[in-house]
Amino acid sequence: MRPPTDRLADALHRALLPLLESELPLLESDMTSLVLPGEADLSEVTASGSALRRFLHGLPGVDQVGVEKRAATLATRSIKRASKVQALELAIGMVDLTTLEGADTPGRVRSLCAKARIPAPGYPDVPSVAAVCVYPDMVATAVDALSGTGIHVASVATAFPSGRAHLDIKLADTRNAVADGADEIDMVIDRGAFLAGRYGQVLDEIVAVKNACGDAHLKVILETGELATYDNVRRASWLALAGGADFIKTSTGKVSPASTLPVTLVMLEAVRDHAALTGEIRGVKSAGGIRTTKDAIRYLVLVNEVAGAAWLHPDRFRFGASSLLNDLLMQWHKQATGRYWTSNRVTID
Amino acid sequence: MTATSSVPDLITPTWEYAPAPEARDVVTIRPSHGLFIGGEFVDPADGGSFATISPSTEEHLAEVALAGPRDVDRAVAAARKAFTGWSKLSGTERGKYLYRIARLLQERAREFAVLETLDNGKPIRETRDVDIPTAAAFFFYHAGWADKLDWAGLGPNPRSLGVAGQIIPWNFPLLMLSWKVAPALACGNTVVLKPAETTPLTALLFAEVCQQADLPPGVVSIITGAGETGAALTAHDDLDKIAFTGSTAVGKSIQRQVAGSGRRVTLELGGKAANIVFDDAPIDQAIEGIIDGIFFNQGHVCCAGSRLLVQENVHDLVVDRLKQRLGTLRLGDPLDKNTDVGAVNSAAQLERITALTDTGEAEGATRWELDCPLPERGFWFRPTVFTDVGQSSRIAQEEIFGPVLSVLSFRTPDEAVAKANNTPYGLSAGVWTEKGSRILWMADHLRAGVVWANTFNRFDPTSPFGGYKESGFGREGGRHGLAAYLEPAEVDA
Repeated sequence: MRPPTDRLADALHRALLPLLESELPLLESDMTSLVLPGEADLSEVTASGSALRRFLHGLPGVDQVGVEKRAATLATRSIKRASKVQALELAIGMVDLTTLEGADTPGRVRSLCAKARIPAPGYPDVPSVAAVCVYPDMVATAVDALSGTGIHVASVATAFPSGRAHLDIKLADTRNAVADGADEIDMVIDRGAFLAGRYGQVLDEIVAVKNACGDAHLKVILETGELATYDNVRRASWLALAGGADFIKTSTGKVSPASTLPVTLVMLEAVRDHAALTGEIRGVKSAGGIRTTKDAIRYLVLVNEVAGAAWLHPDRFRFGASSLLNDLLMQWHKQATGRYWTSNRVTID
Repeated sequence: MTATSSVPDLITPTWEYAPAPEARDVVTIRPSHGLFIGGEFVDPADGGSFATISPSTEEHLAEVALAGPRDVDRAVAAARKAFTGWSKLSGTERGKYLYRIARLLQERAREFAVLETLDNGKPIRETRDVDIPTAAAFFFYHAGWADKLDWAGLGPNPRSLGVAGQIIPWNFPLLMLSWKVAPALACGNTVVLKPAETTPLTALLFAEVCQQADLPPGVVSIITGAGETGAALTAHDDLDKIAFTGSTAVGKSIQRQVAGSGRRVTLELGGKAANIVFDDAPIDQAIEGIIDGIFFNQGHVCCAGSRLLVQENVHDLVVDRLKQRLGTLRLGDPLDKNTDVGAVNSAAQLERITALTDTGEAEGATRWELDCPLPERGFWFRPTVFTDVGQSSRIAQEEIFGPVLSVLSFRTPDEAVAKANNTPYGLSAGVWTEKGSRILWMADHLRAGVVWANTFNRFDPTSPFGGYKESGFGREGGRHGLAAYLEPAEVDA
């Protein structure tokens, strides 16, 4: 039996190994056909606080200048014609249409749900969005409005957005949302604990929330604007993945900067490497500040060229956004008809 | 999320980017070009011409005048005549001309970018985002120096040298022109410049910019031709300075030619740079840096990171990741805005690359190349990686000047330095590690004119560039670069 640190190093090394072939299967049901360099699970790195720290601090660093340059270069990709239409429809289907305001009312949520179901009435080619994302007390309203549509209801939980509450309250928050019918939970990590180096505590909370989710899928919000460095983003990504996150999500949208291209790039690398290590494909959600089609297409290019085409699916990548959808619709209409809609033709929901 | 998601089925096996070609009609290529001498385009004395083609399609682009010795005479005489006025002009006034040229380069950037891509074969992304903006930046930077030469480090009132003969290569045609012309003019010299015979068109468009900027006639002359024209220029009696960027072999012959003439020379020659990756490197960015180092500009870069030195304990990891990342490179039409790898510049260069890589295989190295279709016409070479390369192998020693990487390994920092320096060249090197103290130690010990830390192939007008050993001497860029075109006031020329 080799010492745990050796096995840790192996796990890390395997985490860094590329996928043996660039083509990944598209559905998780195909996962068994994946040739993987290793089928490690992360349980040994989460076995103790010190093992976890060694693992997270053993991850290769992220060079700020380099990652920002790579993101900027990919942002120059020029997506035209058929590939643009494809991107627009893909992006619309990846939107978590979001309203997270103190002033949210059932009327507002119902209006948003109507938009989510049929974003562009009269144009059946335009898909529904992936999910509607609301505060927990609005979940029942959203579930009711979306029943039978297949559109997911996502709820932020765990004392969103700050996460500054006792664990029992966070868990109750989660359970309530799930009980009301939310099938996706967007939790926030304890950034304070993370920045203080209490990784074990952050992990335990994620695991506890994951358990409270039951069958609902868990998106773990890192709030990268508060983590500040790309090294922290990489560590928090792995921490969340080790805790069982189905998605890792950039931001609450309540802190600036919210999602950025380089932050998303680092997170995409984490899910890519995690897939190579464990064989499990997890998703990334970029949220906050993505308002235009141009932005959205840049994110899709990142997904395509960093994680791989296999991630170009609403089950693997999401946009958390509110105003983005209307811009996507305007651009879709332009591509489909050759004419721009005036802003009067786009509904305010 | 689950595979049974009821989200509408949007499965996209691939997302092919539609062709996104830059509009070619932003530039009008005249069918034939004269020589730019004394502020105007003139016919060559002997009436010869040669063709320049697009390396990506082998399409004939234009006929270009072939300058003979008599044309060289005329151009040098025009430069000599212009020198008196130009060197007596105040620095402020010279600066105004340079600023004007810089602005014109920016205004006409798209035209220059498309023309460069057509004539050179490099992707429009590089001409648009690197070559042309950096060329303009060199003019802006040196425009700022023109009235501040007292602070160039040569004491008060440094003097210009006179007439400079300048010969530039085909890998960065307009950018190399700017490295040569901008400092020479800022320092009060006049120039006769010869672009490479395979890539003369942007230099000739630059001549139009000189006219547009009302640059006094003769301050810049541009003569086109191949090696013989270059040799006639460097042999000319009335030059005060020769600046050459190109191969080490030609550089040596120039050095022999001017020995004893008292003429000043700067040479920027070949390289075989080591890109050194330690096990604590930021791996994902190091992979990008390796690619920028050797596949940027099809590897036609004198400072290319053509030798990858990887710490042995991460060798397999780095090589695997590199191959995977290379799989995403897009090779093809250089005018397509999404193309990453363009065409090799000429049939002759393609032949050289092919011959050297064949040697690599013959000498026992393992060859891997990008699995991608190559266009039917034009000069193309797949990005290639050699592993199991011995330090003694020709592909580890000789400059290939193509998209070919040789991977070697090392065990300790001392060994990395020893292997990196174990080359006749010494132009550049790269160091990848998250450990700051190691970067500084390595930079102290590497015998290379430029050492990049956690990046590669970055060019900036404020930073001096030049070589050790057979990579040449003299610096271009920064304050150091000015010394190549100035002399202290008290020394009589």
